[in-house]
Amino acid sequence: MYNFTPLSALTGGIIIGFAVVLFFYTTGRLAGISGIFANALTRKLNRSSNLFFLLGLVIGPIGYLYLTKASINFEITNSYILIIIAGFLVGLGTRMGGGCTSGHGICGISRISVRSIIATITFIFTGMLTVFILQQFGIYL
Amino acid sequence: MIEKISSLLSGIIFGVGLVISGMTNPEKVIGFLSITHNWDASLIFVMGGAIIITAPFFYLLKNRNKSLLDLDLNLPQKKNLDKKLIIGSSLFGIGWGLIGLCPGPAVSSLALFEPITLIFLVAMYLGVIANKYI
Repeated sequence: MYNFTPLSALTGGIIIGFAVVLFFYTTGRLAGISGIFANALTRKLNRSSNLFFLLGLVIGPIGYLYLTKASINFEITNSYILIIIAGFLVGLGTRMGGGCTSGHGICGISRISVRSIIATITFIFTGMLTVFILQQFGIYL
Repeated sequence: MIEKISSLLSGIIFGVGLVISGMTNPEKVIGFLSITHNWDASLIFVMGGAIIITAPFFYLLKNRNKSLLDLDLNLPQKKNLDKKLIIGSSLFGIGWGLIGLCPGPAVSSLALFEPITLIFLVAMYLGVIANKYI
């Protein structure tokens, strides 16, 4: 398998799991990031808590990279048009569907929510289909 | 005050987990979505690792209605499958597959000072607003 990193993936996943548990056990809310992002920007309810969570999402990696002196790869398309279309679809789709990889994929599946299981299968399927189609045009080979 | 600190701490831990998992790199996510060519299954281990922690902890609070800080437990009430769930999730998947960024890694990659993620987040915000008019 290409580029497969199960150990770091599992370690990172377990750490993410503990973050979700801490957030839920204290605030009583699910750490679905599309929801936290949207609510922080559009609703007054829990705004400061949501903004603090988002701030943590940024300073956590900054602190980690500073302390470990690690450098991480960030490889993405350089097409601004693709970035804008993708961002718009992610914002629209996650709000219409009520969640993203964290809200449906992690929180929902671990609560055995049928809606979240269906949502996760759906977005992984359309994501795979999209990559497959792009590959036919010579992108992401 | 404690709620704000725990929110910040949760975000920090979540962000560190994302970096360690490798999912802040869009190319890694594309590798997972590329099922027919050089497939990289790592993302399943990220979700699986998170779920083995969250599932038992969520189960423990199943019959409570207050958090440890005495705040109401706020869980989704919808149970039925509807068009919005399917269409919304489909659109999200398309956006995700186009460049390999979903909301968590998009916010966390601000830590890398990549201007391109800021453009993504602005577009994502516009998508959030657009949903209110649909």
